[in-house]
Amino acid sequence: MTETGMSRETARLNRRGFLGAAGLAGAGLATAATGVRAAPPATPDPLITDVQDWARVLGDGVQARPYGSPSQFEKHVVRRDVEWLTASRESSVNFTPLHELDGIITPSGLCFERHHGGIAEIDPSKHRLMINGLVDKPMVFTVEDLKRFPGRQNHAYFLECAANSGMEWRGAQLNGCQFTHGMVHNVWYTGIPLKTLLDEAGIRTNAKWLLAEGADSSGMTRSIPLDKGLKDCLVVWSMNGEALRPEQGYPVRLVVPGWEGNMWVKWLRRIEVGDQPWHQREETSKYTDLLADGRSRRFTFIMDAKSVVTNPSPQAPLKHKGPNVLTGLAWSGRGKIGRVDVSIDGGRNWRTARIDGPVLPMSLTRFYVDFDWNGQELMIQSRAIDETGYVQPTKDELRKVRGVNSIYHNNGIQTWLVRANGETENVEIG
Amino acid sequence: MSRSAKVFTAATLCVALAGTGMVLAQQRPAAPAAGAVAAAAHVAAPQRTGLGREAHAAEVAAWAIAIRPDGQGLPPGSGSVKKGEDIYQTQCAACHGEFGEGAGRWPVLAGGRGSLKGENPEKTLGSFWPYLSTTFDYVRRAMPYGNAQSLSNDEVYALTAYIMYLNDLVPESFELTRENFTSVPMPNVGGFYDDDRETTERAFWNPNPCMTDCRPTVPQVTGRARVIDVTPEGRSGPRVE
Repeated sequence: MTETGMSRETARLNRRGFLGAAGLAGAGLATAATGVRAAPPATPDPLITDVQDWARVLGDGVQARPYGSPSQFEKHVVRRDVEWLTASRESSVNFTPLHELDGIITPSGLCFERHHGGIAEIDPSKHRLMINGLVDKPMVFTVEDLKRFPGRQNHAYFLECAANSGMEWRGAQLNGCQFTHGMVHNVWYTGIPLKTLLDEAGIRTNAKWLLAEGADSSGMTRSIPLDKGLKDCLVVWSMNGEALRPEQGYPVRLVVPGWEGNMWVKWLRRIEVGDQPWHQREETSKYTDLLADGRSRRFTFIMDAKSVVTNPSPQAPLKHKGPNVLTGLAWSGRGKIGRVDVSIDGGRNWRTARIDGPVLPMSLTRFYVDFDWNGQELMIQSRAIDETGYVQPTKDELRKVRGVNSIYHNNGIQTWLVRANGETENVEIG
Repeated sequence: MSRSAKVFTAATLCVALAGTGMVLAQQRPAAPAAGAVAAAAHVAAPQRTGLGREAHAAEVAAWAIAIRPDGQGLPPGSGSVKKGEDIYQTQCAACHGEFGEGAGRWPVLAGGRGSLKGENPEKTLGSFWPYLSTTFDYVRRAMPYGNAQSLSNDEVYALTAYIMYLNDLVPESFELTRENFTSVPMPNVGGFYDDDRETTERAFWNPNPCMTDCRPTVPQVTGRARVIDVTPEGRSGPRVE
């Protein structure tokens, strides 16, 4: 199905869902059509009748903001961290403010950060990328070399930390989608296929695994199956059209589409080619999924389909009765999102949301439900279904098969409780 | 612009590009770089650009420090538990605790045996890590925190030996060497298996997910984030208009 075809299909389902949703309307949600418009005020609005400063005096000239920043009135739209999570902020994480964003592209300065040894600040002229191991010739490339390779590509991909929602395994803990789901971002990357560099060095026939290594003080390393490296991994220097930000791996990072964020090695300085995995710290002690029987899954690379309603959510409560826009994000490491369903009664009844914007493989996808709110309590959930037919499970379904100790890969359905006063809370339901 | 003018411009451009020596990359013949070895060694005959340069052996030696469970990559050297204890107390104990118990939220290095099925799994070399090589590799590349790659190979052998000792894996008299490195298996080496979600969680692929009356009863709130109260945010309640 084409992307446009997909959008039409979901729109059709959406309308049908509304028509057949008399029960849902009774629960406080109806199609946006019944608003009663307010009368003119008793006194006119001075914001209209008085000449405001910004309409009278000259503002900043073109020299004042050589690199633009968001409005001074958007200062609250920032990444936030949770201090008690980690022993040191140099090996820690902060979170994307998903509830303040729309569309599918994450602004570069709001992409969550996860470092294991702080941000490496690297002069690109001093950066080197080495390919060694089971190759004809070990090679060294400069950043300028990389930018001269033919076959440059552009892709939008989501990057989700395997531990996103990891604090929620035992129950509702953090009150805001920024904290429960904010270890994900989605940007446009520009770079070259990793295969191009591997071909340049010449891979030996017995090669099966790659080791990607960063230049930071943690010397971050991950083993990656060669097949994945040849299929769609990229070596990139650009995000959203400009150079990578230092906290995202400037000058060069690895892109591993659909797979857990830890593998997307930042400050990429080396690719070793081998015939076995290396079993590094981040694929043994960390990023393995401890199950209820005390054994652990390893190499759980793919990020299962997942979604979250970003508005309303605890940091973005409902403030108005009448017309409102429910929106959220869905993504899958296995390809495109096929459909997103939304429930307002804790998963008893579902309707299919409207998807808007591009539906790209292994990219965030934006969905909407336009609705009227009559002030009744809501239990809002969303459920992603990807093109392989995988249906995002409930948290209890996940716990049944994985227990509560696995830390990573929590893609369970999130519930937001909207109270009569609009206040919205992260809750567990049973 | 008229059609003939466009043709003229394109022709001029081609001549100009050819004159500066520019060749479209797609048209370039797949010429292997000078000195490339026999094609039989390749997965597929690669198209090479000649970009980059060969690495110097000393450059590879400086960066290629990854160690595998089978010992591949281990440097020559050795270190005793006793020597490791001295280094540990000055370089590691401030964060990891005098006995590997962990200070504050810093990682615990010892103990935790039998904890993996419990409420608070403790993932140490003795309880969880499947391979000894991971400890050597990680300490050498990333420790001490904030002064990475400052330890000698012998010091890393000694620290690895000491962490083994803290986990009751070797006696106090033990000395770890490249030669005996793989002789002590880690207790949880059998505790891992490859990702099997696509078979064991097959039920999550559902062609007909329920759309109406999917729960027999009205759901009840069983847990609330606000009760836990650990979110680092102000929480003034909203006003509904």
